[in-house]
Parts: sequence; structure tokens; C-alpha cells
Amino acid sequence: MTVFIGAGAGFAGDRTDAAGPVAGALAKRDGPRFLMFETLAERTLALAQVERRRDPSRGYNPSLEAFVGPVLKTCLENQIRIVGNFGAANPRGAAECIVAMARKAGFPAIRVGVVEGDDVTNVLSSEQFAARETAGALLADAPPIVAANVYLGAAPIARALDERADVVVTGRVADPSLALGPLIHAFGWRLEDWDRLAAGTLVGHLLECGAQVTGGYFADPGVKDVPGMDAIGYPIAEVEQDGSFVITKPEGTGGLVDRRTVTEQVLYEIHDPAAYLTPDVVLDLTAVELAELGRDRVRLTGARGKPAPETLKATVCFDGGLLGEAEISYGGPNAAARARLAIRTVKARMARRAPELQVRADAIGLVSILGDSAGSELASSWHDATDVRVRFAAQGHEAGEIDLLMGEVEALYCAGPAGGAGVRRRITPRLASASCLIERKLVAPAVYFVGGNA
Amino acid sequence: MSALVEVPLYELAHARSGDKGNRLNIAVVCRESAFYPALSATLTAERLAGIFASRRPSRVVRYELPKLYAFNFVLDDVLEGGVNASLGLDGHGKSLSFLLLAAFVSVPAALLEPSRLRSAAE
Repeated sequence: MTVFIGAGAGFAGDRTDAAGPVAGALAKRDGPRFLMFETLAERTLALAQVERRRDPSRGYNPSLEAFVGPVLKTCLENQIRIVGNFGAANPRGAAECIVAMARKAGFPAIRVGVVEGDDVTNVLSSEQFAARETAGALLADAPPIVAANVYLGAAPIARALDERADVVVTGRVADPSLALGPLIHAFGWRLEDWDRLAAGTLVGHLLECGAQVTGGYFADPGVKDVPGMDAIGYPIAEVEQDGSFVITKPEGTGGLVDRRTVTEQVLYEIHDPAAYLTPDVVLDLTAVELAELGRDRVRLTGARGKPAPETLKATVCFDGGLLGEAEISYGGPNAAARARLAIRTVKARMARRAPELQVRADAIGLVSILGDSAGSELASSWHDATDVRVRFAAQGHEAGEIDLLMGEVEALYCAGPAGGAGVRRRITPRLASASCLIERKLVAPAVYFVGGNA
Repeated sequence: MSALVEVPLYELAHARSGDKGNRLNIAVVCRESAFYPALSATLTAERLAGIFASRRPSRVVRYELPKLYAFNFVLDDVLEGGVNASLGLDGHGKSLSFLLLAAFVSVPAALLEPSRLRSAAE
């Protein structure tokens, strides 16, 4: 028996028309089939918590209907089961939204499984979180915590599928668990079968970023060419009982799957390749081998597992103050010198008016992403540029100080170097985050159902 | 023993960055399996620490993946606090894989000839 898992989205801001071709391809296959959506970045969840506190009916992924709507009918008609973490801070709300969508589409019996228990905001105090912080001491001053969520594993997802869920909605779970849960359910893998759990975790790891394994985030014209970037096909894994699997993508879509695209994603966001920690297993990638079986088909074998970590990782988000950014452009002869003068001018005035505030300056097009905040690259790498956009940035908890910087940049119009143009300014509230390790006994995953005869 | 030549890493490998908090990883994948031993010799953790010196890494570790013809480099504390704290535009460090690929490495000249010939013939 082969189990098919497709990826419909790899992050909250992903293409909402990507899942359609994946669901269409899955509909033509026989056997257990699943469509997973990973739409919950670290920060997204804390923002969702804030949203839910403001309005209890919200707090799930605002793009839920855009992601699921186009494929719900195809999935329900073909027994393709959907698993997604679009529940964010309100999995029940997301489940009720999906039930309403299904009823409108003529599927009144839809059964949606809900996985909860990841929200540990009120389980520990600020001091208790601080005592469990993994690296650094961001929580040492006990900042007011906005949200704390623990990464749940695959077991509750598998349980929801065992109990006949058509769709499973979660909040925070480890991204690879979105694929491992369906595999545990479909193959009946034991929760101590570490090599299989490792293989299923590798499946999830490769699917969780969507197109990043099928030619997305890979193209480099002339060197690593990717056909059809405007209609890239999202990945499908074909998984065998022994844990070996093939990564491929729907026929007729853009993108590509080869040794190179898969290797880049195998190592994406990995630290020690012999010990990738999830709530389910410790994955060892060092013996993984790839084989190109044909066009857009790569087979992976050799994932090995060790027993799951004793603790669970939690992300703790707290108020990070305000980020202020303001930009202004200089063009034509001597533009670089005028841009430098603008930076010197603003920095000198800010040093007088808000001496504690660190102000960063970038010259977009010259040094903007590879430089550091101290400005060492910026000082040494000016050219005879004739179109320079200067960006200033500062962060702090005092709105007044950030406003001062915004005002100083705008004032360059009349009081700065000649020809300053196109000022834009923006202040964004920031959430900072820290990682903690939480004892499993403090966490109680729960599964329940809505819709159908739940 | 073939003479050594200096080439940008970009001609021998491709790469992808990832982040977790203030920690950056860069996976470097050899364009051809034959490049692995030469890069293993020259692209050390110390070399990476030098390339990223301006970001003051507190620790650099290289992990070897010979079956994938790849290396995984992990650099601690190089993202100015990471995506939720950096004042820079690229708090994730996503662009830093290309900063690494721009670095020059010394490899045996003979290593490059087959691929050079092939690209010339295309």
C-alpha cells in the first residue's frame, strides 16, 4: 500500500491557488490520501492570540477560506483528508468555519477533528517560563507574555483520523507532524517505532515548506533554471510502509524535483543533522540517500530515529516594542555623497535628541541586506551610485523616540541634502520570542469533533 | 598534485539558508559529487567564521553529509537577534547563503576542467 500526502501550503502567506492541482492529482490515485497545510509561522500564532482576545470569534488563519475553499469539494468527494494548522489561536473557530463551508457546498455530514492543548500561556508564570528558557535570557526580566504555545506532535492528529475525521484542524504542532500523523494513522506505525517515525518526519519536513522542494526558493537563472515559476507544482509524497518515499509533483505544473531541490530542503533549518528534534522522534539524516528515479521523481531512504525528547519545545512571545522604518531616495550625479550626508545628518540629530536609541542606516542597492547594524560594510562600500534609497530603522518601547526618527527623515525634504525624494515611513508593533523546554506532564493534548454527528 | 586555483564557491556549489531565532544554518551542496573532497578540505568552520567575521559568530560548526555531497554550517548569534529583533531588512538571514557563495575558495585546477569544458560546449 502506498500512502499519498500532498502539500497545499507552506506558510501563512503562500499561494492560495497551489492546492488545487495537488488535490486534483491526489483524486486520481488509489489508497489513503491526505492534503496538508502548514500556515503557522512562529510570529503568526502570537498575532492570532492578540486577535482572538480582541474578538473571540477570530484568531484562526484569516486566509483559511482562501486556502481550503477551492479544494474542499474535491477532497470530500474523493476521501482526501485535510490536515492543517490553520487553527492558530482558535482551532474550534476554524473547524466551525470549515463545517459552514462544507454545508454550503452540499456536504452536511462533514466531521472535523480539532486538536487543542498547545496553548500553555496560563500554565506557567513568567518566572517559570524564564527558568525553562533554552538559550539566552530574553525572559529574565519577566516581560508580560503575549502567548506561549507548545509544539504538539503527531499522535493527536493520528487519533483524530482514527476517529474518522474528514478534516483535522490544529493550532501549534511541529510542522512535520502534519504529515507524520496521517502516516501513523494509515500504516498503524507504533509510537516507539523510531525509524518509521523518523521517515515520516522527513516526509513532513520536505512537504512543510510547500514549493521549496519543487523548485521554489531555488531558481538562479542560467545556473539552476526552474521552468514555470508562475505555476509551480506543490509537492506530493508517495510513502511506503517501510518509510521509504518518493517526492514528486502534479503533472502539468511548473517547477522541478531533482537531487538538488530535494537536498537543499533536506537541510533547510536543520542544525545537527544527526539530531533533528521533534515532539515525536529524534531524526538522524546522516544516512539519508537520494535517487533520481525519473523526471520530477526523487526517492529517499535511510532516515533513522532515536527516542523522542523528554521535553517539548514552546515558543513564548512577548511585547517587542515598536519598529520604525523610514526611507528617502537620492538620484543623479553625486547621489551617493548626498545619501551619505543624509545619514550623517539624521544620525547626528538623533544622537542629540534620543541618545539611547540605536539607529540603523542602509543604502538599498548598495548595502542593505548583507550589512550589519553597526554599519561597517556601509562605511566601506560606497560606489558612484546614481540611484540610492536610504533606509533608517530603529526599535524601542518609547513611541515618542521612534516618532522622532520618522520626523527627522521626513524633515530631510527641506532641511537635508539636495534632491531628496520619495519619503515613506512606517511604524510596526513587534513581538519578540523566546524558546523554552516544557515538561510533557504539563501538556495535555485534546481531540474533539465538530460537525457531522460529533 | 595539481595546481590550486581560486574560484568563487558559487562555481562549485549551491546553498540555502535557514534560521531559528538568532542562529543561522547554511546548507552548501556540491554541484558535482567530485567537488566534495576539495571543499571538505578548504571550506572549514574556521573559514566560515572568517567570512562572517563582521557578524561576530559566537560559534561555528560544520556538519558533513557525504551521502548528500553537502555540508551544513551552523552559525550562532549572527542574525542581530533574529527576525523579531533585527533592525535589518533580512532578519532571517535568507540572503546570507549568497554572501557565502561569493567567497573565493582554493581548489585543484584539474577539478574544474571537466565542468568548464562542458559548459563551454553547451
